[in-house]
Amino acid sequence: MRTAVMLLALLALAAIPGSLFPQRNVASDPAAVINYAQENPRVAPWLDRLGMFDVYASPWFAAIYVLLLVSMTGCVLPRSRRLWQSVRSAPPPAPRNLARLEGHHSWTTSGEPAEIIATAAAHLRRRGFRVLTSTDEVRAERGYLREVGNLAFHLSLLVLLVGIAGGKLIGFEGRVAVAEGGTFANDLSQYDAFTPSAWTDVDNLEPVSFRLEDFDVSYQTSGPNTGQPTKFAARLAYRAGNGEEQTITVEPNHPLDVNETKFFLTGNGYAPIVTVRDGRDSVVFTGPVLFLPLDTDNASEGVIKAPDAQPAQLAFEGFFFPTADVGPQGPYSMFPDTLNPQLFLTAFTGDLGLSDGVPQSVFTLDKDELTQVRRDGRPFSQALSVGETMRLPDGQGTLTFDGVSRFANFQIAYDPGKEITLVAAIVLFVGLTTSLIVRRRRLWMRLRPSADAGTMVEIAGYSLTRREPPPNEIKNLVAALTSPHLTTPVNKDTPR
Amino acid sequence: MIFDEQTLAQFSNGLVYSAIAVYALALLAYAAEAAGQVASAAPVVPDSPAHNRLAGAGTMVAAPPSSGRLLGAVGTSLTVLAFLLNLGGVVTRGLAAGRVPWGNMYEFVLVCALAAGAAYLAFLSRRPVRAFGVWIVAIVLLALGLAVTVLYTPAGQLVPVLDSYWLVIHVAAAITGGGVFTVGAVATGLFLVRHRQERRGTVQAPKGRYAASLPTTRTLEQVAHTAHIFAFPIWTFAVIAGAIWAENSWGRYWGWDPKETWAFITWVFYAAHLHAQATAGWRGVRASWFALAGYAAFLFNFFGVNLWITGLHSYAGV
Ligand code: HEM
Repeated sequence: MRTAVMLLALLALAAIPGSLFPQRNVASDPAAVINYAQENPRVAPWLDRLGMFDVYASPWFAAIYVLLLVSMTGCVLPRSRRLWQSVRSAPPPAPRNLARLEGHHSWTTSGEPAEIIATAAAHLRRRGFRVLTSTDEVRAERGYLREVGNLAFHLSLLVLLVGIAGGKLIGFEGRVAVAEGGTFANDLSQYDAFTPSAWTDVDNLEPVSFRLEDFDVSYQTSGPNTGQPTKFAARLAYRAGNGEEQTITVEPNHPLDVNETKFFLTGNGYAPIVTVRDGRDSVVFTGPVLFLPLDTDNASEGVIKAPDAQPAQLAFEGFFFPTADVGPQGPYSMFPDTLNPQLFLTAFTGDLGLSDGVPQSVFTLDKDELTQVRRDGRPFSQALSVGETMRLPDGQGTLTFDGVSRFANFQIAYDPGKEITLVAAIVLFVGLTTSLIVRRRRLWMRLRPSADAGTMVEIAGYSLTRREPPPNEIKNLVAALTSPHLTTPVNKDTPR
Repeated sequence: MIFDEQTLAQFSNGLVYSAIAVYALALLAYAAEAAGQVASAAPVVPDSPAHNRLAGAGTMVAAPPSSGRLLGAVGTSLTVLAFLLNLGGVVTRGLAAGRVPWGNMYEFVLVCALAAGAAYLAFLSRRPVRAFGVWIVAIVLLALGLAVTVLYTPAGQLVPVLDSYWLVIHVAAAITGGGVFTVGAVATGLFLVRHRQERRGTVQAPKGRYAASLPTTRTLEQVAHTAHIFAFPIWTFAVIAGAIWAENSWGRYWGWDPKETWAFITWVFYAAHLHAQATAGWRGVRASWFALAGYAAFLFNFFGVNLWITGLHSYAGV
């Protein structure tokens, strides 16, 4: 048991750094580790070497819980054997000195020993004790269920690990952002981010596709929590396999579930719809562009890229404010809904750097080969309301703000070990509760010829757990044995 | 409805402030009682360890002088009143918001204070644990004070992701567990204080020591143990329900989010405590430290993680 205590304490301590340092593959902020490394260039490499950015997948963390489970198995299996033996064998004989045990009672009676024994045995059997009698002794035991619960609980930890491993070895997690009207097919190439496990069958993902018909959001418009969202609802038209097209509304806590591949709505933002024309006045881009929300009022930032523009490629960078206002610190958003949507953009021309094959984020510009568009020596920028057009100087091109649509973020997860984990968790909980509630205890009664005639009756109990036996158990037995038709007690100890 | 939501919310705030005032009075009464007992503590015969398991539940505290007993009774009555005011504050808050009243940090703390008060009163009705009163009331007062000053949030609707019945279940279990763990932690702390005094061994407890006025180590240990084995399965259930909820809303049941991590740390420390209690040589004092570590992790999860660490749970909202 000492090993178990030490390993458990070690496990608790080992879990701490993971909550203090940013972690890879932990959902809240994918860039957290990179940002941390930039801010702390000295210590970050060392922390990384120690596995501090990947605590829960690190070898030392695994070593602790594997050791713990091994020692647990080594501890619990022999215990199950002993339990089995003790269930099959009789409750042990009474210790010599009953007076040292709990709830000791003794009295002298003129009753018939056989009758006392029979009454006691019947009384205890009715209360669920296993009872063994001899001519001068009753042995009783109860609460074997506690050990069963304890075993079930400990062994369920192994099953839990199997379930977790199932998800970690076969499942996957991914993310995709889809604008209203946009589509998604469950294929690796369509994900924005995809985290497979060791054995994920990436070529045979569940065949599902969907179109985001519309995305409905509402916000509180009055009261103390103005601006707090009250509803997110994504209406999807989806098709599973070769089936019919169906519609479903996906909301937080209500995913689309197709054969265990689940699509959760986890975020949203705005996608301004723009049209970009180049120097020849031909349309080189049109459609919604995803902007990344920055704050709770949905001030968002993003870039618009037009690689087909001639004579040079065009790009725009800036902010979108759903309810724009200008304060002392510049433009900002007052409210998360689109009451006064505006785009604030600056422009770039040159080479977007898309042809060299290095994948680029859709939210950032690689400005190495780009020059900022200027007018009168200063960067050219403009605020646009819906319907307005930004004209770059010297006929380099235009951008029209056509309207606003929304996008929804979906988290896609497949975890085949989930049911096993759930069953293990239920067994864990039931086993634990049983083992903590049920009190395993023994009770003995012994008869001895008394010095001054009659029979001396002695009763005492013993708890095999750290909790005391139910206080009235012995009292009730004494009461049953001292009821008038048996005898009246002489010289009775009061319970302490 | 007879009252509009705004009125109810104000009413709720009024009740919470009244609860704070009454708890403060209860604290004074209990503190005065404890001080009186310390001043007059008669020699106490500690249980010998060998006897601990075998003897009946003896609580051989020197009977306090009657003025002390009166102060204690006043303290308890005030605690009951403050508890009822706290309860009223929580209920009206729920009515004002039109949902279960544990949707943000402010409300979590209100309900957790309520649970701690309830756990204390429940124990008090069975066992002579009034010596805890001063500590429980102090903790509850601190929590409520923090709630109304730092954490206050106006009553309102929930953000959509919190709008789930798993929230109701998960948070209710976590809060109940926390309230009972609080009683366990106080009992454990007092156990350690009392144990030190008993080990110094003097059968003649020095007069005027706080420890001498406490219940015996045996009583304290039993209360702590009962609290822990009651709270631990509830906490286990809270963690499982949280995982089911996380699966429902994010597609993964466990993601090592800071909040999940500290719930896990809490659980493992308490598991270590239960094992230590069953390990020869660790039972008692050493095991107690694990329980206190578990409680510290619980508190950190409640305050530290919500206030300093960002994660998916940070929308719990301060
Ligand atoms: C994998 C990590 C483990 C966890 C999370 C764990 C958890 C627990 C918990 C919560 C209890 C209290 C429930 C009860 O009293 O029935 C308990 C009891 C127990 N555990 Fe473990 N345990 C672990 C590993 C082990 C190991 C390695 C051993 C062997 C040394 C062990 C042996 C026991 C025994 C004998 C009890 C009963 C204690 C008693 O009689 O009060 N456990 N365990």
